[in-house]
Amino acid sequence: MSVLATLALDIGWGSTLAIKTILVLAIIPFGALVLGYTFLLKMMSHMQSRLGPMDPGGFHGWFQLVGDGLKFLQKEDIMPAEADRRVFAMAPAVIVMSTFLIFLVIPAGPRTIVEDLDVGVFYALAVSSLSVIGVLMAGWASSNKFALLGALRAAGQLIAYELPLLLAVVGVVIQAGTMSLQGIVTAQQDGSIFGITAIGNPFIFTQFIGFALFLVAAQAELTQPPFDMPVAESELISGYMVEYSGFRFLFFFIGEFGTAFAFAALAATLFLGGWAIPGVHGATAELLGPIVLFVKLMAIAFLMFWVRFTYPRLREDQLQSLAWKVLIPIGLINIVATGILKVAVG
Amino acid sequence: MIAQNVVFWILAVAMVLAAIGVVRSNNLVHAALYLVVVLAGSAAQFILLAAEFVAWVQVLIYIGAVIILFLFGIMLTRAPMREDLSLDNDQRLAGAVVALFLLGVLSTLLIQAFGDSKIDITGPQGSELVNNGRAGTLAESIFSTYVLPFELVSILLLASLIGAVVLARRD
Repeated sequence: MSVLATLALDIGWGSTLAIKTILVLAIIPFGALVLGYTFLLKMMSHMQSRLGPMDPGGFHGWFQLVGDGLKFLQKEDIMPAEADRRVFAMAPAVIVMSTFLIFLVIPAGPRTIVEDLDVGVFYALAVSSLSVIGVLMAGWASSNKFALLGALRAAGQLIAYELPLLLAVVGVVIQAGTMSLQGIVTAQQDGSIFGITAIGNPFIFTQFIGFALFLVAAQAELTQPPFDMPVAESELISGYMVEYSGFRFLFFFIGEFGTAFAFAALAATLFLGGWAIPGVHGATAELLGPIVLFVKLMAIAFLMFWVRFTYPRLREDQLQSLAWKVLIPIGLINIVATGILKVAVG
Repeated sequence: MIAQNVVFWILAVAMVLAAIGVVRSNNLVHAALYLVVVLAGSAAQFILLAAEFVAWVQVLIYIGAVIILFLFGIMLTRAPMREDLSLDNDQRLAGAVVALFLLGVLSTLLIQAFGDSKIDITGPQGSELVNNGRAGTLAESIFSTYVLPFELVSILLLASLIGAVVLARRD
């Protein structure tokens, strides 16, 4: 933990590792709660005029989430008699582990990062694809045909949208000249637009196509509406999660919203300059970093959830053809254009 | 380095046990899941060898795509919930002999080739190793020294892709 190093604390690598692990483990439910509370309960209730989540506790229904949490904890832990017990129990953990691994490379300050990998953004997308295994495990081990159908839809969808997600990021990588997330942030902070350095060079201006692709593909990776075919509650009840109850279901919920938090943070880092404010360096940046990142992340999450609450679900064939026939060609053209401009303009 | 060796042995034992699980399991899905452990272990071994980029490629391609295609294929076709005893047969002895023979050949080869050579990770050799594992170094050698093999492999992959589409078409 580099912040602790700034505070001149001398700790061994074992305790450093433990602190890092605990911090990241704490961020996942924190992020899930923040997004769940702000967007799922409050914003959706306002947008869709829902009265239920606005009621408990009086003021804006602040007690709703606490109540939900308590309800989940006291639910009976049910496992189908025909289920594959070990795989069934492991599946939620695999999903949360995939979320956990993404957070390791997201920087929240000049030195506030668990590990600044040379291939940071590549790593983040590689480990985010591991959640599909958890989904397939859950759907298969439930021994329920709706769950299996949901899992198969999820796998097909996640494989299809993994590609546009990667292609969208390639443009940013070409522009920044590095795959390290810290390097991408610095490139945006120290960059300039036509010689103006006041706002740096957030890649959202030059990579707006990549930004749009990233948001659409991330929405599909998170299986959020309009891409919620795998959980489609009106067709598959709730897909691969149908047999899960109580605490295990809570794990899926935390995994879903924790991953949404991670993807929003990733998008903020790649396209909005992450923790950086142009011209602010050193200890100030270290202090402001997490707050700045959080503000940018919430702005992106607002967009993602706005879409989630507005559009109806796509059909399975529309979903696949959108990925393969529209998003991937656009992503490839974007890469070629970025490459040519990078060589021509420099 | 002692720590690296300890980690190597922990990973190696886990990988061997999981690999035995792959061939011993009577349940296809369990076998595929054991294979995830084996592949994750080999990714971790790559990291121990300072080949960071290769390690994450291993995770993205093998665990993130190949295994998922395996699982997808198994679940889409038969989705076996219970153990399928017909997966087991009486060729275990022959299998064990072949496996031991392969182990002997590979270990003889590796010991004769690299027997006593050691890598000093703390010295200049170590930093060269780390530098070689970086994505930038790898990209430079692929796109300058090895550009022809790289392009040939891409054409081969493209050809097999088109072939798969042609075979799968219904008209």
